[in-house]
Amino acid sequence: MPAARPAPDPDAAAVAAALPDASGAQPAPLAPRARLWPSLGAVYRAQLSRARVARIPLLFVATFQSLGIMVLMRGVVDGGAESRAVVAGSSVLVVAFVALNLLAQYFGQLRAGGGLDHYATLPVPAAAVVLGAAAAYASFTVPGVLVTAVAGGLLYQLPLGGLWLLAAVIPLAGAALAGLGAALGLLAPRPELATLCGQLGMSAALLLGVLPGGQLPAPVALVRDLLPSTYGVEALTRAFEAHPDWGHAGLDLGVCACVGAVSLALATWAYRRAAVR
Amino acid sequence: MGTGTRQQQVNSVDERTRDAVRITGLIKTYPAARGRRGEPPAPPVRACDGVDLRVRPGEVFGLLGPNGAGKSTVVRQLTGLLRPDAGAVEVLGHDLVRHPERAARLLAYLGQESSALDELTVALAAETTGRLRGLGTAAARRERDAVLEELGLAKIAGRPLKKLSGGQRRLACVAAALVGRRPLLVLDEPTTGMDPVARRAVWAAVDRRRSEDGATVVLVTHNVIEAETVLDRVAVLDRGRVIACDTPGGLKSLVGDDVRLDLVWRDSPPLDVPRLAGLAERATVSGRRWTLRMTPEDAREAVSVVTTGPAFAALDDFSLATPSLEDVYLSLGGSGEGLVKL
Repeated sequence: MPAARPAPDPDAAAVAAALPDASGAQPAPLAPRARLWPSLGAVYRAQLSRARVARIPLLFVATFQSLGIMVLMRGVVDGGAESRAVVAGSSVLVVAFVALNLLAQYFGQLRAGGGLDHYATLPVPAAAVVLGAAAAYASFTVPGVLVTAVAGGLLYQLPLGGLWLLAAVIPLAGAALAGLGAALGLLAPRPELATLCGQLGMSAALLLGVLPGGQLPAPVALVRDLLPSTYGVEALTRAFEAHPDWGHAGLDLGVCACVGAVSLALATWAYRRAAVR
Repeated sequence: MGTGTRQQQVNSVDERTRDAVRITGLIKTYPAARGRRGEPPAPPVRACDGVDLRVRPGEVFGLLGPNGAGKSTVVRQLTGLLRPDAGAVEVLGHDLVRHPERAARLLAYLGQESSALDELTVALAAETTGRLRGLGTAAARRERDAVLEELGLAKIAGRPLKKLSGGQRRLACVAAALVGRRPLLVLDEPTTGMDPVARRAVWAAVDRRRSEDGATVVLVTHNVIEAETVLDRVAVLDRGRVIACDTPGGLKSLVGDDVRLDLVWRDSPPLDVPRLAGLAERATVSGRRWTLRMTPEDAREAVSVVTTGPAFAALDDFSLATPSLEDVYLSLGGSGEGLVKL
């Protein structure tokens, strides 16, 4: 602002003190930063609106895949713990597909194509961009998970009374998987690798989530324990029991929440790293 | 500080004339290891090789140069997106090498990519960008409506960018860049793909921000006509160096009085005409087109040669023009393939 320079604000004064300016002129005042929650809301709303344009990949593909798996497994599994695991695994698979796989692809492509520059040149906190996108992708999974869980429950004749637990499973598994997906997309050196990692993560969630944990060999069981989606699947499996053990389910979801916090923090760090090269 | 009064005077003069952007000794080399995908590792590329620039407040300043000259690399360092290897970047008194995060609070940037906005509607792209630039909901909506109206986008406000033509999409990105006022606008090829109406809307909007808000504008272009009409001053970049920096008129005077004669032949030129053969040696030949740079006297003579006899019969078209910025670029020893002239 050349002609009328506004009165120096404390921020600018601090800047002036820090900056050796030969002319002694005050640096121009800085515009305010965007605050975390309003900008998170703005990113969330904008991301959510993308479902209007990319409806089929974001909302339907994952659901069809999970419904297909459940129909396929219907002939193999005969009731009891296995059928609960199949329905819970298929439901959480929707979350893994969208939040992990698609978000990894989205951030991978955004980073490779220079799309991150848009956010990086706005005074918005990194956490707002990452959490807003992660929350939106977790939200995309809601209809798919509901449809899959209800359809699976009916198909395998499981009690549906415990499905209210989805209100906790979706956000917590969503946070863990979306954080992981965002981190993969932002850290992968190439978008193809981001896509590949997302696909592998989803495949792992598919195989290790749908198969019941009891009979797996030790190394595979270890991988299963390391996968954040497993705890969402376990919690949801309990919800399909006739007399659910809510304490254990809560414990599983607690693990999910912790992994979610860590993976979202990792994603935020990855975003900061990717934004300035 | 014995000369307090004098010091104050100096300060006030400096304050009035302090550069909006001051880039000094900027060096950036892209390392060899980061070769492009699918291609063998390329040698390191020095994209900026000691760039010095001063942009005055309220100026529309252009960076002109062929593809790969380093224009975008300069701009990316100016916007805090890229860290220079060496050199200083100062915007409105702030050291952006030390504090790159301040760039977002000082300037609005329009990059070449729109992928972050592609799946949003025009209105939401503008509004969201405003919110992320720190505006409240009401202010963001107010500015969104004003900018969409100003750029003639109100009718397509509800359509996603992805579904628009290239020029309209670009215009929507310009709208997003203009929501939320900033004292410095950095625009990387803002009018690419736009029709003349849209271009005019963009330049009017940019000019309004300059005259009403005192905004400074730094823009990248390789469109010579645009550079001549909109820019106050222009820096010509080539291979990471500023090879000239002046007003468009000042730059053109560098090439002296030379004029450019373009000849287009119907088929093949009648080289058996002796004086035409002489011209052929001096011409830059591109298919049926010859381009000659010469003094007005020589040009007059050349015109008389080509407008008589067998030469005129073989001539399809000719034009005589005063130098353009493209000629400036070429005469300064620009090493690229030349600028795009539309």
